[in-house]
Amino acid sequence: MNPLSRLNKFFGKLPVHFAVILMCLLWVIPTLGLFVTSFRPREAVLTGGWWTVFLPQPQAVGQPEYTKYCSSCHGANGKAIASADLSNPSVVNQYQSAASLLIMLREPINGQPHLLNPTLPSTPKDALNTLTPVLTYLQTLSGQKQASSQFTLNNYVDAIVGYKGTTDYLPDCQNKVPSTLAVMNCNASDILNPAGIGAAFINTFIVVIPATLFPIIFAALAAYAFAWLDFKGRQWIFALLIGLQIVPLQMALVPIAQLYVQLGMQSTFLGIWLFHTGFGLPYAIYLMRNFIGSLPREIFESAYLDGANHWAAFRRLALPLAMPAIASLGIYQFLWVWNDFLVAKIFLTTHPVLTVQIQNLIDPLGRNWNILTGAAFLSFIIPMVVFIAFQRYFVRGLLAGSVKG
Amino acid sequence: MASVVYDHVTKKFGDSMVAVNDLNINVADKEFLVLVGPSGCGKTTALRCLAGLEEITEGNIRIGDRVVNDVPPKDRDIAMVFQSYALYPHLSVFDNMAFGLKLRKVPKDEIKRRVEQAAETLGIKDLLNRKPRQLSGGQRQRVAVGRAIVREPKVFLFDEPLSNLDAKLRVQMRAEISKLHQQLQTTFIYVTHDQVEAMTMASRIAVINKGVLQQIDSPQNLYDTPNNVFVAGFMGSPAMNFFPARLRKDANKMVVDTGDFILTIPADRTRSLEQYVGKDIIFGIRPENIHDAEFIPPNIHAEKVEAKVDVTELMGNEIYLYLITGKNTFVGRVDPRSKMRMGDKAQVAFNMDRFHIFDAQTEQAIR
Repeated sequence: MNPLSRLNKFFGKLPVHFAVILMCLLWVIPTLGLFVTSFRPREAVLTGGWWTVFLPQPQAVGQPEYTKYCSSCHGANGKAIASADLSNPSVVNQYQSAASLLIMLREPINGQPHLLNPTLPSTPKDALNTLTPVLTYLQTLSGQKQASSQFTLNNYVDAIVGYKGTTDYLPDCQNKVPSTLAVMNCNASDILNPAGIGAAFINTFIVVIPATLFPIIFAALAAYAFAWLDFKGRQWIFALLIGLQIVPLQMALVPIAQLYVQLGMQSTFLGIWLFHTGFGLPYAIYLMRNFIGSLPREIFESAYLDGANHWAAFRRLALPLAMPAIASLGIYQFLWVWNDFLVAKIFLTTHPVLTVQIQNLIDPLGRNWNILTGAAFLSFIIPMVVFIAFQRYFVRGLLAGSVKG
Repeated sequence: MASVVYDHVTKKFGDSMVAVNDLNINVADKEFLVLVGPSGCGKTTALRCLAGLEEITEGNIRIGDRVVNDVPPKDRDIAMVFQSYALYPHLSVFDNMAFGLKLRKVPKDEIKRRVEQAAETLGIKDLLNRKPRQLSGGQRQRVAVGRAIVREPKVFLFDEPLSNLDAKLRVQMRAEISKLHQQLQTTFIYVTHDQVEAMTMASRIAVINKGVLQQIDSPQNLYDTPNNVFVAGFMGSPAMNFFPARLRKDANKMVVDTGDFILTIPADRTRSLEQYVGKDIIFGIRPENIHDAEFIPPNIHAEKVEAKVDVTELMGNEIYLYLITGKNTFVGRVDPRSKMRMGDKAQVAFNMDRFHIFDAQTEQAIR
């Protein structure tokens, strides 16, 4: 291919490339922003956008002054002179104010002035103004003052234990803040605090796994029947089932809630399993029937002649061969139930699932939205893993080699 | 090992579509019966009825002494090889062959023994661990046959098993299936639209057209004495030549007048034809009984006919001549030494010891 035509081809496809890249960016950028934000400390989240972490960072308070006056002797980390280790808190604690620091600096060491080159400003006021940030930096060096780090896991910890409010769980526990100790144990048991994401995770799993498996199992059985059993009214029943997809889920909320109250099933896991199963089934049956119905008829006939009854044909042929359909159906149903908010909010009030719990995490004034970022990321790790684990089943071609070709 | 009986079997799809119409066949134990006919003639439906994959509308089907009309396929003790092989795509060759045995709860070591023995017979022993998609068409066909024979069923059914194979492999598999029949000594029922397959393998052939059994007989009898125009035209390649004609008495001799030429009937055949004198008939003669007039075999009753050569096909061992006389076209298989070429005026000889006469109305053979 000559270079010119290659160039031509490249420019010919330019709009396509452009569109694809744009689409990817549109999807990726907000997620990336959320991801970055979820690791930023509360103060940083409130004061600057997530993209600032990619910009050059301003130096810590007092670092330039410290570098100018002190680091030539004490070193950048303050440890260079063993007898005056500036990273040792007990050394730094001797100076509670810039004034006491100034007094010490004015005293000569070994007959020499403490500071030779450069010297401090001569007026006390200017000298104090210079030393205030230096003291702050010394406190930072000695670990007295928390260096305000760019990244933190506090959002995740707060979300997992369900620590609402404008302060963070870990430091509050460390400092034994009384209001914190009143509601938290400050040990590993907090992970399962009913108000936190940790407990909600377990609730979500209890809801999602049966609510995904039930429709798949029932739909597979129904699909086999619709595809390969001959019974009266098969087409009509199938059409009716597909038609049921028209019924919006929201319309059924009130009647089913009433029904559950009468049956004593309100706010039980069984109730929400049945709800999700019922509303997942029409589509699941439709998808599975079309897949199982498109398997070659001869395979099943051959199995019947080999001595298979319908159950054996279902279990040994239809089920393994329908794996691509089951996988895609499983992923859809799983994601749908995992992300469901409305149904869980109404039918499972006593055991909040992830989506409901995230909503519960916001404090009434909305001041702690930073913890939602962590909670949101926690809530979609599992769906991501599930998708990546099963996506290979989307690849068709499992049937290759069964019939002519 | 069982006989199979179709007793007045009729199969209708819906109300109007009659796929199999009043079929009566007795298949003896250990027989190799071939059902043959054009596409859509109902032969496959007949086979599927026997397998239990279709319910019959009327009549009875018996396997051995048992009427199996209401017996589900799995309890009929038959094995079937499908045109599309119908292998289980997710199972290895071994598991494909063992499938039926496992379902019947045959002990593990017995399954292994039988599968390996069948694989040995079919020459697929080194393929046992492969998946069907890793096999060629011929290998898949063998696996399908192997899956049938490990079951050791009473009856084997074959539904056009060779149609998807290339010509060379087909000839080879044809011989192997015949050999298999010899070895297994079981009843085989084989459906094909290919009359060559039917001729080469069958102990008896049943010719079916439009759901109706036309004739059932040994291959040679079917070829030599077809019951009607359909059977005569279906068996043999190139097909038999037919000439619409009239039977006349001409100076004490009985002759066939096609309008283009006149042929004299040998005296030994005239008696049965007496009542058709003056009536319309169809005169049939196979291409191999038409010779180049220069190379007439000795001791035959030859009648010469003038014709124009339309096309010649050189086969090496013989030549196919496509000939035209007036409104009739016909084919001759002549001696390869023949000098006739396209466009020539030719003189060919009809062997009047080997011809067929059919009633023009009923299309039934007159013997």
